[in-house]
Amino acid sequence: MAIANDKIKSLLTEQFGESLTHWEEPYGMLTFTAPRDMNLKVLNFLYDTPELAFRFMTDLTGIHYPDKKGEEFCVVYHLHNLVENVRIRMKIYTAAERPDVYTATGLFSAANWMERETYDFYGINFVGHPDLKRVLNVDEMDYFPMRKEYPLEDQTRVDKDDEMFGR
Amino acid sequence: MRTKKVRLNGPSQCIPKRYVIMTATENKPFPGDVHPTPGGGVLVTALDDVINWARSNSLWPLVFGTSCCAIEMMSTAAPKYDWSRFGFEVARATPRQADVIIIAGTIVNKMAPVLKRLYDQMADPKYVVAMGACATSGGPFFYNTYSVVKGADHIIPVDVYIAGCPPRPEALLHALITLQQKIKSGAVREKISIDEKNKTVLP
Repeated sequence: MAIANDKIKSLLTEQFGESLTHWEEPYGMLTFTAPRDMNLKVLNFLYDTPELAFRFMTDLTGIHYPDKKGEEFCVVYHLHNLVENVRIRMKIYTAAERPDVYTATGLFSAANWMERETYDFYGINFVGHPDLKRVLNVDEMDYFPMRKEYPLEDQTRVDKDDEMFGR
Repeated sequence: MRTKKVRLNGPSQCIPKRYVIMTATENKPFPGDVHPTPGGGVLVTALDDVINWARSNSLWPLVFGTSCCAIEMMSTAAPKYDWSRFGFEVARATPRQADVIIIAGTIVNKMAPVLKRLYDQMADPKYVVAMGACATSGGPFFYNTYSVVKGADHIIPVDVYIAGCPPRPEALLHALITLQQKIKSGAVREKISIDEKNKTVLP
């Protein structure tokens, strides 16, 4: 029997109180927001607590919210409990002026390249990362391409007619 | 002294002249045609035809695929399309044993130096097929990209281009047969070889 979301939530609330916010369950996946400086504490708790045992990091990525003042960058962690087959999602927010986040590489080796990728595309600085350099883009690149100051393609342009592309 | 000079310079200078106007679609010159090659003559030119024939019928492709075109390339190698019917079956995982590199997929900026290095590691004579829209021009990534090279011919010289996204296996077979015709016509030999003595790039 899989561990229920409200059980996970009660265990986390018991440990961290009111500092974990924005509880949601989109498509049944428990999601919450942690303060930026507490990400390792929460991850450690999720890893070490025998009832939780979230010991597999499936994903780590960034999101850019240019309109959210003071929390422009979001870092999303997806964790998986392999025994119970349960996944949860944790978000932390950081400001654009100082996008520093503690690295999770000490806890999950899988975080190494995923943090490099997040740095590569969003410029989030993972403090304590053993080798924080670009992983997918060329080393010479001097910008972070997934930031939203680089707009999407103009949807009103006429030189790319959908008919020509079979759409 | 005079004989020696002719032997060294005669044939190698005269062979390209014979073929310089040839293209892949033109007919071959009349067989047995004697060309004025001092010291070389019929034997050298006929040998050249044999060498080109041998090269064109034993093209060893490099195992190189960067995206979905590689799936079509694998399909072309698989039994249904079976490119070994035309002499391409010996796909090599090292550039030092390969004759032709099929650029099957998108080339991104990070891959560009790798592709150039692979090409440089291949032994002459070497040929390049740009498979699909990405390798030809960047294709769907031509606009608004931060990472894609807009055509592999920005990096290495391409012999044959294939249209399609991705092209059908038949199109790849057609391109390889076109490459064979091009080699048989002698049009691609030593295309970018460098004259070490004069430090110039020969056409």
